[in-house]
Amino acid sequence: MANYSTNEFKGGLKVMLDGDPCAILENDYVKPGKGQAFNRVKLRNLMTGRVWERTFKSGESLEGADVLELDMEYLYTDGDMWHFMKTDGSFEQYAVEKKALGETDKWLKEQVVYTVTLWNDNAIAVTPPNFIELEVTETDPGLKGDTAQGGSKPATLSSGAVVRVPLFINQGEVLKVDTRTGEYVSRA
Amino acid sequence: MTVDWRPTAEIATLRERARLMAEVRAFFAERGVWEVETPVLGHGGSTDVHLASLSCEAVTPAGRERLWLQTSPEFHMKRLLAAGSGPIFQIARSFRDGEVGGRHNLEFSMLEWYRPGLDLEGLIAETEALIRRALPEDPGPLRRRRYRELFREHLGLDPFREPLDALRRRAAEAGGLDIAEASRDDCLDLLISLTIEPQLGREGIDVVVDYPAGQAALARRHRDPEDGEWVASRFEVYRHGLELANGYDELTDAAEQRARFEEDNVARRAAGLPEVDVDERLLAALEAGMPAGSGVALGLDRLFQLALGHDSVAEVMAFATPRA
Repeated sequence: MANYSTNEFKGGLKVMLDGDPCAILENDYVKPGKGQAFNRVKLRNLMTGRVWERTFKSGESLEGADVLELDMEYLYTDGDMWHFMKTDGSFEQYAVEKKALGETDKWLKEQVVYTVTLWNDNAIAVTPPNFIELEVTETDPGLKGDTAQGGSKPATLSSGAVVRVPLFINQGEVLKVDTRTGEYVSRA
Repeated sequence: MTVDWRPTAEIATLRERARLMAEVRAFFAERGVWEVETPVLGHGGSTDVHLASLSCEAVTPAGRERLWLQTSPEFHMKRLLAAGSGPIFQIARSFRDGEVGGRHNLEFSMLEWYRPGLDLEGLIAETEALIRRALPEDPGPLRRRRYRELFREHLGLDPFREPLDALRRRAAEAGGLDIAEASRDDCLDLLISLTIEPQLGREGIDVVVDYPAGQAALARRHRDPEDGEWVASRFEVYRHGLELANGYDELTDAAEQRARFEEDNVARRAAGLPEVDVDERLLAALEAGMPAGSGVALGLDRLFQLALGHDSVAEVMAFATPRA
């Protein structure tokens, strides 16, 4: 991979830092009156999801990371691995480990398209779509006529996620949920 | 695709900028400091290790040659001083490669002025008066802060005495910097930029003096009365964490100046940076005799940013570089 110098750093660029692939989020140029200039860089470690703040002398460079983000459809799990398939018509499949799946394991639904992050052709992260439609598999019975009042209760969805839903929601209904916040949006 | 053709500043802001420009010119006219214009393109560039000069090729009476876009009007203005100009000022378009961000733009307006016969204290007072005139409300009192005292107060260390490995550890904590071979000045630059500068000029105008001798650039040096350590005779002015101005008790010794340029080029070679031709005409002017005195460079866009209540220099420039 090519090397990138601090003045090529911009949001979205993928670089290697401490052996892990990272995505640059922000790059801020700092310079004292007379003297060495620095770049204050915020990066997301793509392996752990953690955000790092690091400082580089301006002009230093980092090795680029061979990172690709691809759309893939979720197929099934065999208990050890989770299998996804590219949507480009190649039918190429990737097996994803539990660790790479992370929090996304509670938002899995067959045939839904996820963003899979590949590093050196290995899946390292899976991002769900912002909104997903899932069926309620378990919740307390709905209260009739209580459609406008506040109040909420937990509901377990087919993917295993538990979300707070309004009191009028019943088992078997399909709901639209925001995967970024884990919040109920509406009936689907 | 929509093309971003509009200015980066509002038209109303640019009108305010024009008013402030007139105010700056009036300030100097009242004080008998006259306005000069010097070239943007010169045969010599800045050797400063931390400044990257842009250059271009052009056909001149000497044929096709390389010319440097000036990083400040300093060298040409000093030649005017040596030629007997007396007090002069200039609002000069200056260029620095790679300087981009909220408080930087590739090209910017530098207000630079020189006061033969005036000492650093006199120039600090004049810089303060100009800043007060530009700001819409009273910024509060001016405080003089010694570089060393700031490090003791904010970081509990003596920047001149702290062992290098301890300094590297502090720099690493402050910035997550990979500091294995960072120099003393690199560590100090990082610490002042990240930890101290944001705190400066919050309740007034802070003037930092007595910089490390290694950061003297084109300023004289003197001995710190505390323990005889050499320090640079220069000052920087801060308001709201923003560095506004950089002033020197000007070095007039041609031999010393040549030695510093050559040291710069040694440091450039060591850092793998291109060497820059030493400005022989400036050295010849110093040889002929430049009157002792002080001079200061002030980032006009930053002053206007503060005066007009904006968050970045782009908001007070007609077209910042990305939209130029």
